[in-house]
Amino acid sequence: MSEMAARPGMQPTAGATVAPAEVSTFQIFLEFLIIGATSFGGVVPYLRESLVTKCHWVDDKEFVEMLSISQSLPGLNATNMAVLVGEKLRGWMGSVAGVLGMCLPGGLLMFAVGIFYRHHGDHVWVTAALKGVAAAAVGLILSTVVSLSKKSLSSKFDFVFIALTVIAVNRLHLGVPKTLVAVGILAILFHYPRKKEEQKASATP
Amino acid sequence: MNQIPALVRVFSYLSILTVGGGMAAFPEMKILTVDVHQWLDFKQLIHLYSVGQMAPGPNMMMIVSIGQWAGGTLGAIAVFIAFFGPTAILAFVVAKGWRKLEKWPWRTSIQRGLAPVSIGLLLAGCFSMAKGAITGLETGAMAVAVLLILLQYKINPALLVLASAVVGLFTFMPK
Repeated sequence: MSEMAARPGMQPTAGATVAPAEVSTFQIFLEFLIIGATSFGGVVPYLRESLVTKCHWVDDKEFVEMLSISQSLPGLNATNMAVLVGEKLRGWMGSVAGVLGMCLPGGLLMFAVGIFYRHHGDHVWVTAALKGVAAAAVGLILSTVVSLSKKSLSSKFDFVFIALTVIAVNRLHLGVPKTLVAVGILAILFHYPRKKEEQKASATP
Repeated sequence: MNQIPALVRVFSYLSILTVGGGMAAFPEMKILTVDVHQWLDFKQLIHLYSVGQMAPGPNMMMIVSIGQWAGGTLGAIAVFIAFFGPTAILAFVVAKGWRKLEKWPWRTSIQRGLAPVSIGLLLAGCFSMAKGAITGLETGAMAVAVLLILLQYKINPALLVLASAVVGLFTFMPK
């Protein structure tokens, strides 16, 4: 979901030199805490702005590389990125600091929201507002589906795998794990490594 | 009754299903938290998820609310660790190896193959949520409007969700 629009600082960061001297665990925590507290509407653009443009902890190429790893692995982009960047800077301590900083503000907020909702969720105006919010969330997810499709699909045939996945989960009720393994293997085999020319094309994710 | 062990089990399982995004785990989350354990009902799950889209940071922090409901503060912390721990460790371990595999041809195949599957899972999650969220013409129109606006303009989605709360207030208030 974090791919969503409104990206501040998507401008190219040419010549960003990567020279992280010694970055302390606390600095990592603090920087991710700021991202975690301000990244309304999708984390990725804020991550780039902070890590590439402001702190020079990773360069643009590395950022894209880490993002594509984050995307392929289970887990949210936001926290996977925190793990990868934290690991690069300070090993496992950096990863822990990054994830905690990233999650703390939103987590505390949702903790409070949960308590409020539990007590006042039945209130007529809360129900009315939330009905609108839920409808918007569906539109938001759909727009993520569209923008991800534009960006990360490499073949027209991929739409067949998308359809298979949806049918398996929503119609056949196969469950996410089985679907993931079954359609995943099919799709990976379909994209089996071809000869040299293809390799070159794949160099740019 | 102590719900902590069940919370940890459910959310660490959901954790590994979040391929491509949190929404991928939504169908299983609905089954486990609503149908099996009844920590909340379907409408509440949709509401919490939707409100969570307005919060900063990772867009699945609403899991903390579920943990808090089912097991208090300790439940919230347990759910947080269970949901983010397994994938964080996986990312940590895989990251190093994955970089070394840059020359391995199947690496690209795996990334290309997982892309449509993760999009499909996202879409499946979206459909199962829409079953509860899209209840009539008005909500359907709002979802489509948000989709079109986001595709057309560079507007912060959190603002749109907030605006939808206001629209909802005026549209769905009982007269």
